[in-house]
Amino acid sequence: MYKLFLRSLISVLFLLGFSLNANAEFKVGFVYVGPTGDHGWTYQHHEGRNAVEALGIKTTYVESVPEGADAERVIRQLAQSGHDLIFTTSFGYMDPTNKVAKDFPNVKFEHATGYKREHSNVSTYSARFYEGRTLLGHMAGKMTKTNTIGYIASFPIPEVIRGINAMTLAAQKVNPDIKTKIVWVFTWYDPGKESEAAQALIDQGADIIMQHTDSTAPVQVAEKAGVWSFGQASDMQRFAPKSILTSIIDDWAPYYVERSIAARDGTWKQQDTWHGLKEGMVAMAPYNSAMGSDLVKEVEQLQKDLASGKAHSFTGPIYDQKGNVLVAEGAVADDGMLAGMNVYVKGVEGDIPQ
Amino acid sequence: MIKVEKRNDVSRSIYFLTPILAIFLTLFGGGIIFFILGFNPIEALKFFFITPISDLYGLSELLVKATPLCLIAIGLSFCFKSNNWNIGAEGQLIFGGIVGGGVALLFYNHDGFYVLPIIILSGAIGGMLFAMIPAILKTYFNTNEILVSLMLVYVAKLLLDYLVVGPWSNPEGFNFPETRQFSESARMPILFDGLRIHAGIFITLITVFLSWLILYKTYLGFQIKVSGLSLKTAKYAGYKGKTMIIIVFMISGACAGLAGVGEITGPIGQLHRNISPDYGFTAIIVAFLGRLNPIGIIFASLIVALTYLGAETAQIFLQVPKYTGQVFQGMILFFLLGSDYLLFFKIKFLGLKKNEL
Repeated sequence: MYKLFLRSLISVLFLLGFSLNANAEFKVGFVYVGPTGDHGWTYQHHEGRNAVEALGIKTTYVESVPEGADAERVIRQLAQSGHDLIFTTSFGYMDPTNKVAKDFPNVKFEHATGYKREHSNVSTYSARFYEGRTLLGHMAGKMTKTNTIGYIASFPIPEVIRGINAMTLAAQKVNPDIKTKIVWVFTWYDPGKESEAAQALIDQGADIIMQHTDSTAPVQVAEKAGVWSFGQASDMQRFAPKSILTSIIDDWAPYYVERSIAARDGTWKQQDTWHGLKEGMVAMAPYNSAMGSDLVKEVEQLQKDLASGKAHSFTGPIYDQKGNVLVAEGAVADDGMLAGMNVYVKGVEGDIPQ
Repeated sequence: MIKVEKRNDVSRSIYFLTPILAIFLTLFGGGIIFFILGFNPIEALKFFFITPISDLYGLSELLVKATPLCLIAIGLSFCFKSNNWNIGAEGQLIFGGIVGGGVALLFYNHDGFYVLPIIILSGAIGGMLFAMIPAILKTYFNTNEILVSLMLVYVAKLLLDYLVVGPWSNPEGFNFPETRQFSESARMPILFDGLRIHAGIFITLITVFLSWLILYKTYLGFQIKVSGLSLKTAKYAGYKGKTMIIIVFMISGACAGLAGVGEITGPIGQLHRNISPDYGFTAIIVAFLGRLNPIGIIFASLIVALTYLGAETAQIFLQVPKYTGQVFQGMILFFLLGSDYLLFFKIKFLGLKKNEL
């Protein structure tokens, strides 16, 4: 009798919960890994959300969601509270996203930077940041006096290694004596660690600082030390007006708008998106005139060529650190090779942490 | 002028009622904050404290969130009751997770009912050993356990970082800093289909019961209490202080280790860098809010867990900033300490006397 009562109570509560949450209006949810004011990764995703909101589509976001046990609950709550499309904007949400997607087949999920699409309602998307790195490499090779480029790296995943390689290859093309020094900080966002890394690289003779981390600390250290730097994720120019040559901007807005409209109109399909300069998912902030109008013109031309496909960041011949051929002369690396990249090219110092 | 006097007659029932008063004051203070931020305070409080647990899934999530907090806080109560300030439960949780996770990886693709118990046990032992470091350093080298246990949190975190980036990272995971997903045999059994509440809750309940038994029904519990009240008395009574310090740290570490292993074999299912959103530190609030009493800690852990869920729900439905959750946790502690002060001390407002002028 008691058990029966408990069971009926549970089912009533369940029904109540579902009926309260049923809602017809089309809504888009966003899950962020950091605060919206980080001026880097999350800030740009939030800008993308604002663009969707500007269309008159209702959106919701949850910021600073830890990538541990909490992520699944937040994603599930968004799905349960009537959101039709959910963007989960950090790699650590990969498994929780797929898990929730299984239980909500009518809700669409978009996971940034992951590789698992276990259900037909999960898409993945990322940007070809390495195309931006090629432009940075060109500028760095031309601007360095010490022939040493300092690179603050986060985790030894293919995306980061691809960036290091693309930058080094482009720098070598304009300056064969270039050396790339790397400090691994094993974090995406830690102003303290990032500024220490920047200082260490400057002390080792680097007069160009670039970062694959999200805080504005490295460019501020570079500004103080009087060396050149590049901003990451968003236009960081105002944090280091003299030092920054340009920033790689992640522009998620067009993609978010396109996918939100598709989901609303019922034309959304599963896909794996990898957009770059061509589609505008990777954009460049205004170039600093301090590098001279000739160089600015060169870089602008290279940017056009990369966008049109006339140039490719990974054009052969490319050698690894030991001198083995990675890409033959005249060939370009295919997306499969880029996606799994786990070796340095020649000219990068040190080993990939394993 | 104002004079502060110690009260000698503190009633026991009021002592246990002040946490409830603190919670009400927090609700009131929270309402004011919501009002200042431009939200309807009643509606915001409803989304914060009622909506998250208005369905079965929410209740299950509340228990999932409260389980590690309760376990750690119970362990901490042994330390705090005996005046041992173990601030490093977070590190003990992570180290327990590392040891338990390592065993889980060892048993990868290995079936058998014995796999999970071995993992849980090794996690508890891991946390226990890690907590013995500050205890032994304190007893034999007179170091400060607050500092040592706190600094060891960073050691555990860096060790976990090293392992998931390097030797233990998923071979098919493109170098991302995480291990494989553990096999089914290494996961906590789920109690209800579709909910995340898992068998870890039984471990917690058993631990709470055992703690109550030890604290209130054994000689060891008596010793712990006496040392907490007066170290001199304890020495005079001939209690072996050193052994006791090590034992309370071992209990505390084992509980934190259990919490860690419960997280990785329960809702997470693998090792990565974010296995705990600072449960070890939040549990300190839980322990004091629960008056270092096992039953009190159960309620305290549920309330603090609710502030986490509430912050998420309030953001989803009203876009209230997520950090209000932390503001609520801070307020609860503030009001509790504040009312404690007034409970133990009398404040007398005296008129200015002529000879003082």
